[in-house]
Amino acid sequence: MNHLPVLPVLLPMFAGAWLAMTTGGGRGSHRLLSLMATLLQIPLAAALIYRAGGGISVYALGNWPPPFGIVLVVDRLAALMLLTTAVLAVAALLYALRGDDEEGKSFHTLFQFQLMGINGAFLTGDLFNLFVCFEILLIASYGLLLHGSDRLRTRAGLSYVVLNITGSALFLIALGIFYGGVGTINMADLAVRIAGVPPPDAPLFGAAGALLWTAFGLKAAAFPLHFWLPRAYAAAAAPAAALFAVMTKVGIYAILRVDTLIFNRGAGVLAMFAHDWLWAAALITITLGAVGALAARNIGALVAYLVLSSVGVLLAAVVLGSREALVAGLYYLIHSTWISGALFLLAGVIARARGPAVAGLLIPGPPLGRPWFLSGLFFAGAVAVAGMPPFSGFLGKALLLAAAGDGPPALGLYTAVLGGGLLILIALSRAGSTLFWRQTETAAPGGTPDPVRLGAAVLLLAAAPILVIGAGPILAYLDGAAGQLLSPAVYIAEVLPHLTAPSGGSP
Amino acid sequence: MEALFAIMIGTLTAGGVYLLLRARTFPVIVGLTLVSYAVNLFLFSMGRLQTGVPAVIGQGESYADPLPQALVLTAIVIGFAMTAFALALALRSLGEEGTDHVDGKDAEEGT
Amino acid sequence: MTLALIALLPLLGVLLTLPACRHGRKAGTAGAMAAPLAALALLAPYGIDVLMNGATFIQSRPWLPALGIDPSFRIDGLGLVFALLILGIGILIIFYSYYYLSQKDSLGRFLSFLLLFMTSMLGVALAENLLALFFFWELTSLSSFLLIGYWTDDGEARRGARMALTVTGGGGLALLAGILLLGRITGSYELTTILASGESIRGHHLYPLVLTLILTGAFTKSAQFPFHFWLPRAMAAPTPVSAYLHSATMVKAGVFLLARLYPALSGGELWFYLVGTTGLATLVMGAYAALFRHDLKGLLAYSTLSHLGLITLLFGLNSPLAVVAALFHIINHATFKASLFMAAGIIDHETGTRDMRRINGLWGFMPHTATLAMTAAAAMAGAPLLNGFLSKEMFFAETLEQRLLGPGSWVIPVAATVAGAFAVAYSIRFIHDVFFNGEPVNLPIYPPHEPPRYMKLPVEILATVCILVGLLPNLTVALPLAAAAAATLGAAPPPYSLALWHGFNPPLLMSFLAMAGGVLIYARRRPLYAWYEGKRTIDAGSLYEGALRLLIRGARGFTSLLDNGSLSRSLFWLLVVALTGVGAWLLRLPSLSGAIPVNPVDIPTLIGAVILMAATAATVRWHRRRLVSLIMLSVVGLMVALAFARFSAPDLALTQLAVEMVTIILFVLALFFLPRTTPAESSLPRRIRDTALAVLAGVLIGAPAYAILTRPYEGISGFYLENSVAGGGGANVVNVILVDFRGFDTLGEITVLAIAAVAIYALITGLRLPVPQTDALKRPWAEDAYPLLLRNLSRIILPLAMLVSVFIFFRGHNLPGGGFIAGLITAAALILQYMAAGEAWTFKRWRLNHHLLTGAGVTIAGLTGLASWFFGHPFLTSAFGHFHLPLLGEIEAASAMLFDLGVFGTVVGATLLVLATLGRLSTGRAAPKEQ
Repeated sequence: MNHLPVLPVLLPMFAGAWLAMTTGGGRGSHRLLSLMATLLQIPLAAALIYRAGGGISVYALGNWPPPFGIVLVVDRLAALMLLTTAVLAVAALLYALRGDDEEGKSFHTLFQFQLMGINGAFLTGDLFNLFVCFEILLIASYGLLLHGSDRLRTRAGLSYVVLNITGSALFLIALGIFYGGVGTINMADLAVRIAGVPPPDAPLFGAAGALLWTAFGLKAAAFPLHFWLPRAYAAAAAPAAALFAVMTKVGIYAILRVDTLIFNRGAGVLAMFAHDWLWAAALITITLGAVGALAARNIGALVAYLVLSSVGVLLAAVVLGSREALVAGLYYLIHSTWISGALFLLAGVIARARGPAVAGLLIPGPPLGRPWFLSGLFFAGAVAVAGMPPFSGFLGKALLLAAAGDGPPALGLYTAVLGGGLLILIALSRAGSTLFWRQTETAAPGGTPDPVRLGAAVLLLAAAPILVIGAGPILAYLDGAAGQLLSPAVYIAEVLPHLTAPSGGSP
Repeated sequence: MEALFAIMIGTLTAGGVYLLLRARTFPVIVGLTLVSYAVNLFLFSMGRLQTGVPAVIGQGESYADPLPQALVLTAIVIGFAMTAFALALALRSLGEEGTDHVDGKDAEEGT
Repeated sequence: MTLALIALLPLLGVLLTLPACRHGRKAGTAGAMAAPLAALALLAPYGIDVLMNGATFIQSRPWLPALGIDPSFRIDGLGLVFALLILGIGILIIFYSYYYLSQKDSLGRFLSFLLLFMTSMLGVALAENLLALFFFWELTSLSSFLLIGYWTDDGEARRGARMALTVTGGGGLALLAGILLLGRITGSYELTTILASGESIRGHHLYPLVLTLILTGAFTKSAQFPFHFWLPRAMAAPTPVSAYLHSATMVKAGVFLLARLYPALSGGELWFYLVGTTGLATLVMGAYAALFRHDLKGLLAYSTLSHLGLITLLFGLNSPLAVVAALFHIINHATFKASLFMAAGIIDHETGTRDMRRINGLWGFMPHTATLAMTAAAAMAGAPLLNGFLSKEMFFAETLEQRLLGPGSWVIPVAATVAGAFAVAYSIRFIHDVFFNGEPVNLPIYPPHEPPRYMKLPVEILATVCILVGLLPNLTVALPLAAAAAATLGAAPPPYSLALWHGFNPPLLMSFLAMAGGVLIYARRRPLYAWYEGKRTIDAGSLYEGALRLLIRGARGFTSLLDNGSLSRSLFWLLVVALTGVGAWLLRLPSLSGAIPVNPVDIPTLIGAVILMAATAATVRWHRRRLVSLIMLSVVGLMVALAFARFSAPDLALTQLAVEMVTIILFVLALFFLPRTTPAESSLPRRIRDTALAVLAGVLIGAPAYAILTRPYEGISGFYLENSVAGGGGANVVNVILVDFRGFDTLGEITVLAIAAVAIYALITGLRLPVPQTDALKRPWAEDAYPLLLRNLSRIILPLAMLVSVFIFFRGHNLPGGGFIAGLITAAALILQYMAAGEAWTFKRWRLNHHLLTGAGVTIAGLTGLASWFFGHPFLTSAFGHFHLPLLGEIEAASAMLFDLGVFGTVVGATLLVLATLGRLSTGRAAPKEQ
């Protein structure tokens, strides 16, 4: 009996519980435990990636057969998301260990529980359990967002919390309709049963799907459900914001999972569910993000809007849905998660080095310590996120555009991505030259950036070249992942061996 | 019966949504509570409405669908946690903004 | 992969340069020169083969074959000529920079940027795969950004760098689109394939789009009108940078692309109209504007524009001979323009200014430099005996050959001659104003004298090249030119002669006219300047910056308009999206009510429903009077609990009641601080809108409920009912589902509760709130915090409550109840205690560490789940058995009960933690008031 699949959830749960029990205990021991638990996530995820290479594996919790019990399902996508999260988390935590974790209470407890929720969401094969995992990661993210007192944080937090509670309500109603209609909540079973729904009743599940898309779209921050993101991310403490770089991806992941598994080509009336709407949303989100980046007055907001733009790109990839598009999308997902995480950390370092007076504002500030190193990192990050050679952003963008074909949709995507790219280029070049090239002569020199904080940012930035150099094997893995997504029959057969897969689905 | 139940759900939803759109924290949170009542009833009713047949083995020959009940129970607890957090946040917001306006601005600034 | 190595060598040179710089500037410069020299050495063998046998080498290694992205390189005549220019002139520039840069400038950084730029240029010249070409193309934009902005404290430099990056980088994006589409048309990104499929490309319906996109890339790079403005602004760069970027490299990348893709894209009207007219416009505009620049580098910048226009025009003429001329002029322009920039740099260096109205008569001070500069300038003017003359002649001849504008074809030669005249004029000005024309006018550095001996070496070399090519073209440039032409055309070029003298012919006449015209214009320069100063000129650069400012202001306005951080707006959109989706689908539902007949309504249910709805209405109606609203809310909660009870869900009813109780306590605690009333602030239309939305929501959530309730379904619950006792060891199926079948959900659920408690604790600790002195009705709070009756009552209740909890806990597995409800009852009892007797009293008797209890609960539940591992079962697999205990008799114990104990612990701990945290706020009454 191999318990590997459940470990990414249990590890942070026990760690978090222990940290909660010993609240007020030694700072050092807490930091150590938190760091260890987070570092362990990487080998765990790596092992799962290795295992996923051999096919989909199912872990039946409580030893109850699906669809009656809850199952964890490890396919290439899930494993990939776990690794992406783990690496990001390690960097965010390293940064936090240098003092941010002390600005409020229970940072590490919340951090671990946050990881528990995120990992659970990626692993679970049960729609209601996905809801529970969402709630775990949400309530933890509320805590992290509000970590350390700050008026803007509280204000942004209030919107974030109320919106997400409402979103969860929509999610539950969708669940209700699904269960009330076909009497199951296991995703694979849902796929089978919904494919068999008599056409006259199909619209009911369309309604449920609409609610589901709304709930997921809110998490992913797709237009017009994106309003919460810029303020929340810009206001959060650097390590929290960095970790949040993966939160929007959870929403994208959920859409991708449900879209390929349940609303796939085999789903009759509900096939390609609401794709035209999602497509429009994607293109608008890309543009809005770019415009927002151009408008941003401080570096935190700038990065937040870049995250928004990347959400649009990912959504577009999901809607395109072809194998090539999914490969490109997943590649871009890893890239944008790590790079925007790096930029959030870097923004934190810069703001600190510039001192409280100017902090992250895009106005001339005091000369910085280690200016060339710092500006070099920012330059690299900017190049990567702007999708310019030689870094990963370029490859991801090129792959996606190449996968878009040359029809009308491609035209729209080209315009949005490349036009947006130009705006982002302008925004970043202005930001960079203001932050590092224009200095107020009068002001006293700013502090020297903390090496560990910088190290955390570098750890993530290293992805920019590594993802390019290693593109061969990475894309090969992603191709397998896309293949699995496009053959839901296999997934279903793995989860429900006693059933035969639904008619359609396989490419 | 079913229609009546649906109307109940609808009423709760409508009331909740209206309060959600208010500009102060307290009514908004009350609205969230109403909405969660509606949602719980909705989810619960998905096991269909039967009277006098609790899902306890050995207390009769037919039983109500237990799964939605279990799901709702989970949902109630989570809803409770969320409401509690929202209330705490409302207090913190009051403390830091000096107002209970959801956007942290006072009435005269307007929404 | 030697070719790849050649391209990357300069970059590797950085690794040599930076350490070398620590041993002085000389060492650094030497280190920087080593790499390109090595590259030249590596290039030599290929070069000879290419020149002698017109060979073409292609080296590629698959990287992402599936996507057609492979780092493949090629070298043919065209690539070779460019590589030679890039490396050769590059080496001279590095050498020159050593003298040019002052001690305070970091030479290491400068040279590293320069080498990075050199690598990107070589990559463009030697790429076989178009995506690889683009890869290096964008690198040139990035590295030129760093080079132009090298003097970071100079605002002009920063703006110039940003402008260059935005324009060329933006053009790059268009180029990328063009390349990707080209790849779709031809099915490959390899030049070999693409150059071979010119027909199919021009025949494809996407050809116009592709051509426009690719030309946008080329024109932005080559600073063609109307994208020309970034080039003059880039003059804020250190002069070696200008000398390199604007003679042999950066701007030549654009025309290189025209040459590279000539077989694939050229031919046809569209090509001529886009390329030819752009070139013509730039040629004339540049030549004209150059005459009126008083800044030495400004003059050279605009003359560069005009020469690039000339080259572009030649490519646009769709004739093989024109291509030969274009390539020839590329070579010549590179040589004389590089030397001119370096000469200008020397003058700037020695006089401290670049203003030609002040620099005069330098002949007397630096005759050597003057000679070199004048030679190069004469070449620029196209004076005989110099290389410029030959390509200029060929250009004139080609303009006469073409008949592209039909009857209006004469326009092109005329325009060419006029531009030629201006070129002559500004060249004469460069020579006469700077070196003669009286005495210098208050120079910052006076008297100027010759620069260090070897600073002139690069200029000397290039000037010599100008003369040699001019005198002996066939011995010097003929071979590479032929190779380049062959490679560009993809076929042997038609016969042509590079002779200095072709006899008296129209081109010669045009040259003569241009010379004469130039002299004439220069003679009348003073009135011309006066006229030029007089008329208001529009500078495209400022236009661009204005547009950019406008764009940013627009973006700011738009963003703040859209994203005003209003929660109500976000919620509104959230609901609109959800409801639109639901509504759209429900409308497609044939009939709302389904197959199964509806049950009749019975009176008690009806009454309950009416009360519930009335209470809901009241909650909303009086939401401004918060206490009233709260009471009504609790009524609603009560009715919901009854609804659960009515429809066979006793567990839910109990849970709902317990939760209701605690929730209301929380609300009351909060309301102690929050204002007691809500101000009326939303306008009537707003209230109407919200009401409409609310009603809509009610309908659209109620409708599906009804639709489903009246439809049959085949649920999975049969399994639970069958296996509850047998497999879960409990008769209360709901509880068994919670602690066993779906225990993982419950584990998550209590985790949520625990997190909420921890988060609230983190959120509230340290917060201080102004404590109101009166209650809702403006009555002062009672002095006695803990009323006697309540105190005594609570002390009786507590043990009872505990007993009840234990009872409920244990029956839970078989009858309604369970850890959760028990936990809430316990917590509630303790809270009552705590409200009655105060925190101190309570926690003296109940030593509870809330955090410990909360975490322990989750841990216990988790460990229970882990236990199953030792039996080789998955996480949370349950086990149960019946044990006979003395006195108690037969009792049943399931591992699920231990799990439920964890639930119990978490619930008690978390609830107490929340209430105590919020409660501690209110004891702030005792605490000193802050704020």
